[in-house]
Amino acid sequence: MTKRKLFFRMITASLIRRRSRMLAALLAVAVGATILSGLVTIYYDVPRQMGAQFRGYGANLILLPSGEGADFDLDAMRRAADVIPASELVGAAPFRYETVSIHNQPVVAAGTEFAGVQAASPYWHVSGTWPDASGELLLGQETARLLGLKPGETLSVVFRPEGSDAASRGTELVMTVSGILETGGSEEEYAYLSLEDLASLTGEDGTLSVAEFSVSAAQDRLRNYAETIQTNVQGVSARLVKRVAQSESTVLTKLQALVFLVTAVVLVLTMICVATTMTAVVTERRKEIGLRKALGASDSSIVWEFMGEGLLLGCAGGALGAGLGFAFAQAVSVNVFNSSIAFQPLLLPLTVLVSVVVTGCACLLPVRSATEVDPALVLKGE
Amino acid sequence: MSLLELKDVSKIYGTLKALDSVSLTVDNGEWVAIMGPSGSGKSTMMNIIGCMDKPTSGQVLLDGRDIARESAKNLTRIRRDKIGLIFQQFHLVNYLTAVENVMTAQYYHSMPDEKEALEALDRVGLADRARHLPSQLSGGEQQRVCIARALINYPEIVLADEPTGNLDEANENIVLDLFRQLHRDGTTLIVVTHDPEVGEVAQRTVTLEHGVIRRDAKNERFGA
Repeated sequence: MTKRKLFFRMITASLIRRRSRMLAALLAVAVGATILSGLVTIYYDVPRQMGAQFRGYGANLILLPSGEGADFDLDAMRRAADVIPASELVGAAPFRYETVSIHNQPVVAAGTEFAGVQAASPYWHVSGTWPDASGELLLGQETARLLGLKPGETLSVVFRPEGSDAASRGTELVMTVSGILETGGSEEEYAYLSLEDLASLTGEDGTLSVAEFSVSAAQDRLRNYAETIQTNVQGVSARLVKRVAQSESTVLTKLQALVFLVTAVVLVLTMICVATTMTAVVTERRKEIGLRKALGASDSSIVWEFMGEGLLLGCAGGALGAGLGFAFAQAVSVNVFNSSIAFQPLLLPLTVLVSVVVTGCACLLPVRSATEVDPALVLKGE
Repeated sequence: MSLLELKDVSKIYGTLKALDSVSLTVDNGEWVAIMGPSGSGKSTMMNIIGCMDKPTSGQVLLDGRDIARESAKNLTRIRRDKIGLIFQQFHLVNYLTAVENVMTAQYYHSMPDEKEALEALDRVGLADRARHLPSQLSGGEQQRVCIARALINYPEIVLADEPTGNLDEANENIVLDLFRQLHRDGTTLIVVTHDPEVGEVAQRTVTLEHGVIRRDAKNERFGA
């Protein structure tokens, strides 16, 4: 048998055959590793989770025509959308505004793509149904109240080009109200119809007034996307919706700082707990240390044996904690964000490594005191 | 040539002289019993001979080398290479089996050899108890494991402190028989005891009182 084999046999025997004594230390390391692994998982997953939550508050990047007569159409919007990775682009909604007349009342009509709106502005609440066919429109709650219209009723939308004769009848389109829109904002004053219906009403495709993008990315990256769009897509000016982007960034920064702080505190507490347990272990094993010294163990042998036990403890506690930490992070994610998280394989060696380092540091002082044991004193007859 | 020689060795704790100018010579292969009442300096002498303590003054020559002048690190090395220790309380590592306890001494000395450790246990009659933990062994069996551990590295001196102090008569006889065997094999034995029966079976008895050697005589009954 080699020395190394007997070394591992001795330290594993110490941990296994004295398990009731070492359980407290193992639990301390495992709890610390659980919190560490769980919080680090959440730390890295929070931007994705929170980003998804923030996307519920609507667009964070808007595109406008870069100037008078700029060529900002659907093609330009799609080219701009191509700049952003599909995995990060939650939704993109084009809007073209025209003034129309409904029941002889002037109303702002917004031509859009309803699938894009639903993705980019999930907070829009529709009573009735979303338009899904030509000839259907969505009325803002305020406009519907003014006009006395309800879902399922038909109405006549009239468009008169600017500067046309007041006596001109203009273009007329009979449409059905599919739903009433509630947002709590200015959207409730508009009537929403498809871009195709608006084009057939106005007789031209026309340029877009604005396009709203909802992007799941941090503020810096969002700014990069805006600059790239601005540079690469002609006729388009891209701007961040600062209110949304900044509050998202602020919340994320604070949340991550909190997670970091809690992790650091837990690691320090783990270290104190392991150090206390190891001090107790060294104290109750003074006779064994004395015996080993009497048998010829050098100080470095004593240090390595106790450190070996501590490091093995760190390994076992770290591995246990990595698994429990993932379960903890998964539970938090499911309960708080309603979505599951993927296991990060790198987290297992990382958690074990940090646990081993923390346990090693915690063992330093107790192990040092072990080398100060005087065999003549602790082994003397009673 | 003598294996061990103490020349005017004194050990002083504050105002207390635990050993007072003690001189003693132990030859190779000799079996010496050191006797005396509590506080006579037996343990102090054992600690000094066992390289676990240093005298305040005097010389302690082991194989001609003055261990009183050695550093703590060197004393550890000398203890590991030249001395086998047997204790009254056995002092086995409680979470290691009998054979692992014996191999621990090999581990610090050179290289663990399980076969050799099992043979050592066989020599003390414990071949069938090799895989037992100390808590599963009787006091006599634990002391025999302790003896096997002390002998495993072929030490120049076996130093036993009250080796039968915690044993019943039957186990005391087993241990003394083992000592007789060791002596026949040429091992140098120094046994600290206050049990006259243990002292009488030794080749020579040294009696300490108040840190001074009062009597140093060959035992007439030795070998009887």
